[in-house]
Amino acid sequence: MSEAPALELRGIVKSFGSVQALRGADFVLAPGEVHALLGENGAGKSSLLHVANGMFPPDGGEIRVNGQRVVLHSPGDARSLQIGMVHQHFTSIAALTVAENIALSAGSHAARQGAFKRVSERALAPKLRADELSVALRQRLELLKALATGPRILLLDEPSAALAPSEIEALLAEVRQFAREGGSVALVTHKLPEVFAAADRVTVLRQGETVLHGEPVSTQTDVTLAEAMLGASGRGATPHDQNRRAGQVGAEVARIDDIVIRSGELIGVAAVEGNGQRELLRAVAGVERPGPGRVRVTPGTVGFIPEDRTTEGLIPELSITENFVLGRDHDPLWSRRGRIDWGAARRHTSTIIQEFEIRASGPDAAVRTLSGGNQQKLVLARALHARPSILVAENPTRGLDIRATAELRRRLQEAADAGVAVLVYSADLDEVIELGERVLVVYRGRVSEAPAGADRQTVGRLMLGVGT
Amino acid sequence: MTRRHLLPLVTGAGALAAGFVLLGLGLALAGYDAPLAMSALWRGAFGSWDAFISATLVRAIPLICIGLGLAIAFRAGALNIGGEGQFLVAAIAATWVGLQVGGWPAPLAVTAVLAAAMLAGALWIAFPVLLKLKFGVLEVISTLLLNFVGEALVSYAVTGPLQEARHVYPASDPISVAARLPVFGGSRLHWGVVLAGIIATLLWLGFTRTAWGFRLRAVGLGSRAAATSGRIPVRRVLGSALLWSGALAGLAGGLEVSGVTYNLYQNLSPGYGFTAIAVALLARLHPFGVLATGVFFGALEAGAQGMQRDAGVPAVTVSVVEATVILIVLLVEARARSGWRFRPATELAP
Amino acid sequence: MNAALLATGFLAAAIRISTPLLLAATGELINERAGVINLGIEGGMLAGALAAAIAAAIAGPWLGVLAALGTGMLVSALFAAVAIGARANQIITGTAITLGSVGLTGAIYRSAFGVSGPALSIPTFQAARLPLLHAIPVLGPALFEQPVLTYVGWLLIPLAGWFLFRSWWGLALRACGESPVAARAAGVPVERVRMLATVAGGALAGLAGATLVLAQVGTFAERMTAGRGFIAIAIVVLGRWRPLGVLLAALLFGAAGALQFALQAMGLAAPYQLFLALPYLVALVALAGATRKARAPAALGE
Repeated sequence: MSEAPALELRGIVKSFGSVQALRGADFVLAPGEVHALLGENGAGKSSLLHVANGMFPPDGGEIRVNGQRVVLHSPGDARSLQIGMVHQHFTSIAALTVAENIALSAGSHAARQGAFKRVSERALAPKLRADELSVALRQRLELLKALATGPRILLLDEPSAALAPSEIEALLAEVRQFAREGGSVALVTHKLPEVFAAADRVTVLRQGETVLHGEPVSTQTDVTLAEAMLGASGRGATPHDQNRRAGQVGAEVARIDDIVIRSGELIGVAAVEGNGQRELLRAVAGVERPGPGRVRVTPGTVGFIPEDRTTEGLIPELSITENFVLGRDHDPLWSRRGRIDWGAARRHTSTIIQEFEIRASGPDAAVRTLSGGNQQKLVLARALHARPSILVAENPTRGLDIRATAELRRRLQEAADAGVAVLVYSADLDEVIELGERVLVVYRGRVSEAPAGADRQTVGRLMLGVGT
Repeated sequence: MTRRHLLPLVTGAGALAAGFVLLGLGLALAGYDAPLAMSALWRGAFGSWDAFISATLVRAIPLICIGLGLAIAFRAGALNIGGEGQFLVAAIAATWVGLQVGGWPAPLAVTAVLAAAMLAGALWIAFPVLLKLKFGVLEVISTLLLNFVGEALVSYAVTGPLQEARHVYPASDPISVAARLPVFGGSRLHWGVVLAGIIATLLWLGFTRTAWGFRLRAVGLGSRAAATSGRIPVRRVLGSALLWSGALAGLAGGLEVSGVTYNLYQNLSPGYGFTAIAVALLARLHPFGVLATGVFFGALEAGAQGMQRDAGVPAVTVSVVEATVILIVLLVEARARSGWRFRPATELAP
Repeated sequence: MNAALLATGFLAAAIRISTPLLLAATGELINERAGVINLGIEGGMLAGALAAAIAAAIAGPWLGVLAALGTGMLVSALFAAVAIGARANQIITGTAITLGSVGLTGAIYRSAFGVSGPALSIPTFQAARLPLLHAIPVLGPALFEQPVLTYVGWLLIPLAGWFLFRSWWGLALRACGESPVAARAAGVPVERVRMLATVAGGALAGLAGATLVLAQVGTFAERMTAGRGFIAIAIVVLGRWRPLGVLLAALLFGAAGALQFALQAMGLAAPYQLFLALPYLVALVALAGATRKARAPAALGE
């Protein structure tokens, strides 16, 4: 290569508090290519992109754009260097129209208006409000917003997370087009098929370090990439081992439409965002009202692990004890006739802290001082402590690092072994398939069950309503 | 007193000190004899035992009552800014009942007056509660607007149906003797002070030892989690918190009529409803703290009268001190929340 | 003939009364669209009124306007420093500002002019006739024979509309009110925009106070704003956070106020306190009807 790389990140080190996200990662993006950045959850891919986008200054290492060393203090700096980013979560503003969202991203400078004009012509529904768009169109809006600033380097952070397989196709086509027109793309993903479908080269991160440096995709296979991502013992997602624990399933505890759920089962729920799975599961959990007669739950305690632990599961300003009591303020363990014995509550909480190995300074510590993993363990512990017959979990491993994720999955399995019917919805299809001994799919509000041992493709098709 | 209590205390004391410094500076700038004014302020509040009992404590009672009500509401995150209106409307009710119960035995008469006052206060805030729960109207605005309506109602009452027999003054006749709260010795301090202390204690127990108090706190600090994980009926909690705060503001009005003025007239309240906000906030919503800050602001108001009398400084100047105190407390906490480990004002220490 | 005169008189009064409300509400519209709810607007209005009264007594009505603008900006700058700069609770901050303003204006007025001192003699704005337009029957004298400040208020509405919906900075301001996080990601300096919007709103609140003194009442009295600032907030809700809606809602309240005089002139026997309370009751009912359907800026108050 005679020209300088479009973007070069060398030896990037970054810590967030006590967590070291990047330990000297490298990434070199050549002009005109689509370069995949691969890694497991928590490997540091997003953090690396955020550094490249100017959101956090790195603690160590250097950044070069077109061969020149640069220091980025803000996303604005990145923008002026013609780096654009498509974030993992939607950043469009619900109440503004598509055109307004794009115009906002384009910025106030007249110079940008040229790029803005070109991009807004490609917008499919400029006058619609952003919140009136389908998920796929909303993702497309994210892309258009990034393109509106006229970038030459595009950073994509798991852009397909919420999309169904065929929608992902369309997105990747746009990305390839951008590269053909001379742009450079860094595509972060943890899904191998995307790498083979769209990328020219691939870099793999593991635990904050680069373990595979920009190899051409043609030289790689599923196995080599998985090994790089997971370490020597890595495998792809294999369906739950059906032989694991037969014969311990108990009585019916709930029924959705005509699908029966029994105690002791660990059931995975798969669906594309916005197909009604949230409403259905929350109806089982007793948090929302279902349509008439669709959900029947035999009377008993139902535990709930909501998706957003800091706004729906816990109250960060309150202590661990107070959060533990939340939802059970009349439990006879610490309550009698409306009065609460905080001493007893504290004692029970301390026991739980030990049992679930929650890292905290004590039962009076404020929950906001806990890490995400420990907060989630608290939510789980609270739900299980009430001895529920059913436990409903929404994306329970979201935002957790590898270790916390593994531990949480283990505890969910233990709960099922102990007789709780566990329903887990995860946006990560691989997780659903691995965890669930049965897999339910929700499509357009209707529930169906995937055949035993179904693989990714089968479940994916059910998620899109293909063949029904 | 644990360490957790120390920081808010220091902030509070600091805010008060700053308020006074500002007052002194302002007075000096405006050409008043600042030392004379400040000492008149002190004398009016604490200059003698009589000043303390009959001026300061008497003024503290309504502030404490309304402040306790605000503690309940603010704890749940509901913003009742209508204490003034609830106080006034309750005073109307108290006066009316007080005029009717002439032949009753005294304890019954007083109870009737106070009960009517509490009911009136709760009813006055019931409309904003309805607007909030059914129509989503911000209770801040609705309670605020009703203050003005309450003032108009008082004006109407004392120039109309409740006007004194000779129709000369815009004021009511004095209520019957049976309906008047007894006073201590020869002072103006009435038994309402005992009631205030009892309510503060009950509230403290409620906040710290009951599920009700816990629910208020949960709703105030995380209403979504309270609803989803706490299975708490948030709307009901907010509504009842507001109703109770209206009732206590109403009680303040009843106590004022039954214990101090014995009749109704315009400008019955020198802004108690607003000062009580400062009282509650400065006390960090702690019921016993409210007792202390209530006394302090009562002293401020009493002193203000003295300041006006002896140094010619308009009494209304103290609202500037109150406003300064609120702003400083807000500032310190907001900075602390983003910078240091600290607890926000609408959250309770115990 | 009498009916026409009555109609003209009623309309003219309605517009005159609506002007301070319109000005204050337009200001509040701007800062609420940026995500800031400013309860200190009542205090700003009152402070502006006092400043206008004193300045006008010294050097004429236009100086009064300037003084009011400056004072309104100062009051709202204080609010912005605490509520936006330090991120304190906007509602309580605003309430404190109003409380302090009531006390300060009362103190200044009393110490300067005594409790029952002589009313300030203040030169006021006379009605300014717009040529040709004012000759239109019935409507003409009502709409086009108003003090200058009324025309200013009317001009501000299309200006606000253009700014909010046709300019990039207006878009950026709205983004701050809908999602400050997303706005920041797009490079908008959220805090600065909000502070500027708040100060602009404060200037208009001050101007509203000046209008009250210089084009309506003619003098200053303690607490003369009597909650108009809060009614302005209700007007913003009623007007669904759109300039034209704000104009119409302000006129509605002007009409409610004019109704008071009209009914009294017609000899209706009702206690005057009812008319006193009418605007606030109307505001409450209107809020009940409007709040459900109105879409407030998503990040208002955060």
